[in-house]
Amino acid sequence: MPFNIYDFSTFTQWIHEALTSAMSPFWVVTLEILFVGLAFLLFYAVIGLFLVYAERRVCAFMQCRLGPNRVGFQGLLQTVADLIKLLFKELITIKYADKLLFNIAPFLVIIGSFLALAAIPLANGLHAVDLNIGVFYIMAVSSIGVIGILLAGWSSNSKYSLIGAMRSGAQIVSYELSVGLSIITMVVLAGTMDISEIVELQRGGWFLFKGHISAFIAFIIFLVASTAEINRGPFDLAEAESELTAGFHTEYSGIKFAFFFLAEYMNMFIVASLGATLFLGGWMPFHVPFWEGFNTVMDWIPPFVWYIAKTGFLIFIIMWFKWTFPRLRIDQLLTLEWKYLLPFNLFNVLLMALLVLLGLHF
Amino acid sequence: MIKEYFKDVFSGIASLLRGMKVTLSYFVRPSTIITQKYPENRAELKMFEAFRGEVVMPHNENNEHKCTGCGICEINCPNGSIEIISKFEVGEDGKKRKVIDQHIYRLAMCTFCGLCIKTCPSNALAWGQEFEHAVFDRTKLTKVLNQEGSTVQKGVKE
Repeated sequence: MPFNIYDFSTFTQWIHEALTSAMSPFWVVTLEILFVGLAFLLFYAVIGLFLVYAERRVCAFMQCRLGPNRVGFQGLLQTVADLIKLLFKELITIKYADKLLFNIAPFLVIIGSFLALAAIPLANGLHAVDLNIGVFYIMAVSSIGVIGILLAGWSSNSKYSLIGAMRSGAQIVSYELSVGLSIITMVVLAGTMDISEIVELQRGGWFLFKGHISAFIAFIIFLVASTAEINRGPFDLAEAESELTAGFHTEYSGIKFAFFFLAEYMNMFIVASLGATLFLGGWMPFHVPFWEGFNTVMDWIPPFVWYIAKTGFLIFIIMWFKWTFPRLRIDQLLTLEWKYLLPFNLFNVLLMALLVLLGLHF
Repeated sequence: MIKEYFKDVFSGIASLLRGMKVTLSYFVRPSTIITQKYPENRAELKMFEAFRGEVVMPHNENNEHKCTGCGICEINCPNGSIEIISKFEVGEDGKKRKVIDQHIYRLAMCTFCGLCIKTCPSNALAWGQEFEHAVFDRTKLTKVLNQEGSTVQKGVKE
């Protein structure tokens, strides 16, 4: 197997054995949790900062501008400088805000995206937790974020925040349905909710090609609905800066605002990586059946690169949506979900079930 | 009914794709970028014709301007940015004539409304394209528009 050179599980296994031989099991687990937590914290910060930069550049190019290009090479350090600025800023507490909820809310938002990140396989064997209901787990924990958003809106004691939070709640509740159903379509095809197994099943070909028509419809619905679920343009009614100044995080400042900001970008990353895992094969290289030479060449590209490339592609599409389309009205938003996406989705699940039953997939 | 529903869906997708094609075409062609890198391109930076940088008094190659010192610009200036100090000069024909000694223009007070340029009967004033006006001493923003030793161009109506 040409894969083994890139298999991370041997490396993690080696660390585990080294630790076990040195100390008691309690300390091993504690240390390992610390390591993984630190690694994720770093990953989170780096990816979040880079995505903010990438978005500003992509947006700029689509609008015939240059975007940030002064700090560091091609402006790469711009967001680092922004973060340092935000760290130094005063944390303003609103006089009539509900102090406890106001302070908890940004953490709840960030916890949601953190938990979801844990179950995503970043490369072969590079996996914080390998749950046998991974897909379900990600769906469940990524919804925690909305509690944070609702709390932020409610506790700020500001009309803009409250309206933004309510819109966000309504939006997530309705679009979660579409995301869930399109994921169910893929689960029907895979026959499992274990993410690492889903990736393994795509060794012969990605699900997007294996499930052809039905998977393709599910892919489009997933992209649209998950863009809405993470409150990004053109579905960014929860922020809607022209109407609500900044929506639910209007009253936040300094690092708490940065948390919301980072969480938004990390949610985009999580959604994109979930899409990449379910439809584009996660870290699995691109394989064409019977083209042995081509497949070996593809195997030489490390799985992590594949994973980042696919996720990056989906993130680009989501950004592309945002900077092309104008914001929807709330009634248009709900019409799109309940009149178009949902019927298509229900039909699509049925179609996929038929395809699987009749063995019409590859 | 059902036919219209599907027509809606597909025409909607088609129009969305058309929009995405436009932004992608901008994205993949950096030549469409309009923004300029300012301090780096200082040498070749050329402002457009209608740009209002500052009020200048054009002089020809003989160091002659067209200002007769009538004072209309000074009267018209809404915030007193212009002050004309005139003197009397004896011309070749032995007549005493009023000419400008100094045409003082205070850039710091100017709102760039352009009334002085519009109302000048002899077209002596014009817009300059210089825009880097930052200085460390604000007295430097008070400028004398007529050059040293300049005279009125012949044939300009008084």
